[in-house]
Amino acid sequence: MAVITVNSDNFEQEVLKADKPVLVDFWADWCGPCKMLSPIVDEVAESSDNVKVCKVNVDNNQDLAFKYGVMSIPTLIVFKNGNVEKKSVGLISKDEIMELL
Amino acid sequence: MTDIIIIGAGTAGLTSAIYALRAGKNVLVLEEKMYGGQIINTPDIENYPGFKNISGYEFATNLYNQAKELGMIYKNEKVLEIQEDSNGTKTVVTDKETYTAKAVIIASGAKNRPLGIDREQEFTGKGVSYCATCDGAFFRGRDVAVVGGGNTALEDSLFLSSYCNTVYVIHRRDEFRGDVREVEKLKAKDNVKLIMDSQVTDIIGEDMVSGIKVKNLKGGEEREIKVNGLFIAIGQMPDNERFKNLVDLDEKGYIIAGEDCRTSTAGIFAAGDCRTKNVRQLVTAAGDGAVAALAACSIS
Repeated sequence: MAVITVNSDNFEQEVLKADKPVLVDFWADWCGPCKMLSPIVDEVAESSDNVKVCKVNVDNNQDLAFKYGVMSIPTLIVFKNGNVEKKSVGLISKDEIMELL
Repeated sequence: MTDIIIIGAGTAGLTSAIYALRAGKNVLVLEEKMYGGQIINTPDIENYPGFKNISGYEFATNLYNQAKELGMIYKNEKVLEIQEDSNGTKTVVTDKETYTAKAVIIASGAKNRPLGIDREQEFTGKGVSYCATCDGAFFRGRDVAVVGGGNTALEDSLFLSSYCNTVYVIHRRDEFRGDVREVEKLKAKDNVKLIMDSQVTDIIGEDMVSGIKVKNLKGGEEREIKVNGLFIAIGQMPDNERFKNLVDLDEKGYIIAGEDCRTSTAGIFAAGDCRTKNVRQLVTAAGDGAVAALAACSIS
């Protein structure tokens, strides 16, 4: 599945009301490790149909970062039925992302 | 058997790979996380000759692609140990496989030194950070503490003072190790409070950091300070314990090797931040990479 760019306006619809687990990648343009993680997150999106994958730019969506306690990026959060299920901070491998899911 | 196995894909490791590949060797690079090493956290590199300004990510990605195009075999595996056979062949054991090589270059780098207090790991990314330039923006308008007395701690404190409400700088000695000029700049800031002769003993908070306990090492009294962020800048530490059966380490755990990158075992070389040296810079890591690779090529 394609990666969906989410922001404060569509976060509820795309993430909280999704009918399957959602992996959300919180990132920013100036963050090197985020750029390393991004293609790995894309791979996860490509290879699994049971998970929805979204990305949030924290510079443009500081409210979302604050609400979900993002204090370091990259942060990955897995949402299930609108709730935070798991959270991982820092650069991790594809295998480690699959374990989160 | 591989000609040369390189452990670590930071600047030293990838530079070794480029030199060895260009010398016609086959090269296996083993990296436990992602390529790039510490430099990927640096937004702007401004002291690498030939580049006025390049991001750490771009620099590391260029290095990686350069080695990849030359034929590097790259695997995401954690090296557990190295063994040596009676004929000098090196066996490298990872969490997934076992490989043999004629020569090994250890370029395992260094990582941020933790304070070593309870719940530090649990709170990492939840208020505890080792990179002010990466995470500082999330603490806009809040109170934070920085631990350390070197230039990194001073620079981090200055950086944070422009975002945060109050910055407490906590150092266990009565004077800073870093540049006098940086200390003066900090002292001139109204929102920076220096807490000398003191140590952080505990982190307070439920899901996120809400405060710290700070103990004065001279008087012994302990007090609580409310902060949302705790930035730890007490230097680096190597990760070489797993190699000590074959290479000598100094008291801090760095691999003992001179500018020729040769370790106490023939055929095993140490390059970059993981070895004993005075200057740990991007350019010296790259320099080590070339020296270690050419030495390894001569025996493989």
